[in-house]
Amino acid sequence: MQFKARIHTSLKKSVLDPQGQTTLHALVSMGFKEAKGLRIGKYFELELEAETRAKAEECIHVMCDKLLHNPVIEEYSFEIQEVSS
Amino acid sequence: MKAAVIVFPGSNCDTDCFHALKDVVKVPVEYVWHKERHLPRVDLVVIPGGFSYGDYLRTGAIARFSPIMESVIKHVQSGRVAIGICNGFQILLEAGLLPGAMLRNKTLEFVCKHTWIRTEENLTIFTGQMDPGEILCVPIAHGEGNYYCDDDTLKSLHDHSQVAFRYSSQDGKLGGEFNPNGSRDHIAGIVNKKKNVLGMMPHPERSSEDILGSSDGRKIFESILNALE
Repeated sequence: MQFKARIHTSLKKSVLDPQGQTTLHALVSMGFKEAKGLRIGKYFELELEAETRAKAEECIHVMCDKLLHNPVIEEYSFEIQEVSS
Repeated sequence: MKAAVIVFPGSNCDTDCFHALKDVVKVPVEYVWHKERHLPRVDLVVIPGGFSYGDYLRTGAIARFSPIMESVIKHVQSGRVAIGICNGFQILLEAGLLPGAMLRNKTLEFVCKHTWIRTEENLTIFTGQMDPGEILCVPIAHGEGNYYCDDDTLKSLHDHSQVAFRYSSQDGKLGGEFNPNGSRDHIAGIVNKKKNVLGMMPHPERSSEDILGSSDGRKIFESILNALE
C-alpha cells in the first residue's frame, strides 16, 4: 500500500525559539496586532510503501526518532493517508 | 600519539586541524574520508568544523549517520579520545556521544569573532596544560552554537565536572554580554562523563599560532599530546 505522510517537527514549548520570536515581532510591527504567538518548525512530505497503515505509522515513528527530529529539543506529529498507486 | 581527522562533505576546518596537529604540535596525523568504515589505529579522532551535508535537516544530523561514525563510536566506547570542534561538536551531540543539542544563535546572526573562554575543568585530558580558571582567546564562527540542555542535564554536567569551557570576559567574568550565542549557562565546551570526548564551539586550530592572532588554542592540543604520550 502507498501512503503519504505529512510530518511536522517543532521546538518543544520549553525551548526558546528565537526565529519564531523574531518573526512574531516582525508581524506585530507590520501592524498585525492579532499575532500573539508564533513557533517555527519543519514540514516533511514523505511517500512510503508498507503492508498496512499500522506498519507505515510504526515506520514513521522510527524515522522520526532516529533522524527527522531531535528529541532533546524537538517534538513531532504526523498525519498519514493512503494514496492510490 | 597518532591522530585522524574525519572529513565529511562540507567539512572546512579539516586542513586547519591537520596543520595544527602535524606542523604545530608535531603529531602524525591522517585524513579519514567519512565513507570509510574503519578508523586507522589512532589515539585521537578529530571531528572538524564546517557545514557537513550543508547543515541540511539539523547541523550534524546527517553526518552522524556517515559510515565512519560507527567506528568513531566504538573508538570512544573503548576509552580512546575524540574532540569535536564547532560542526564536530554538533555531530557529537547528534550522535549522542555528548548530552544536549544546538539551537540557532540567540541573535539569529552568524557570529565570527575572537572570544574569551574560561577553563572550568583543568583535570581533563584536554585541559591539563591550563591553570584552573585560565582564560583563552579562541575564535568562534557559527550560526548554531546556542548550546541547550534541560535543567536535569545541566545539573548533571556540573555534578560530574563536565563543563570544560564557558564564555567569559577577558578577566574571567561571566555574563550575557560575554556570551556570543545565548548558550545555556555560557557553555562553550563540554566533556562526556568518561572525560574522553570533548565538544567545543570555539576553534583551537584557528588559534594555534601567533600569526593567527592567538596561540592559546594550541594548549588544548598540547594537553592531549601530554596526556597521551
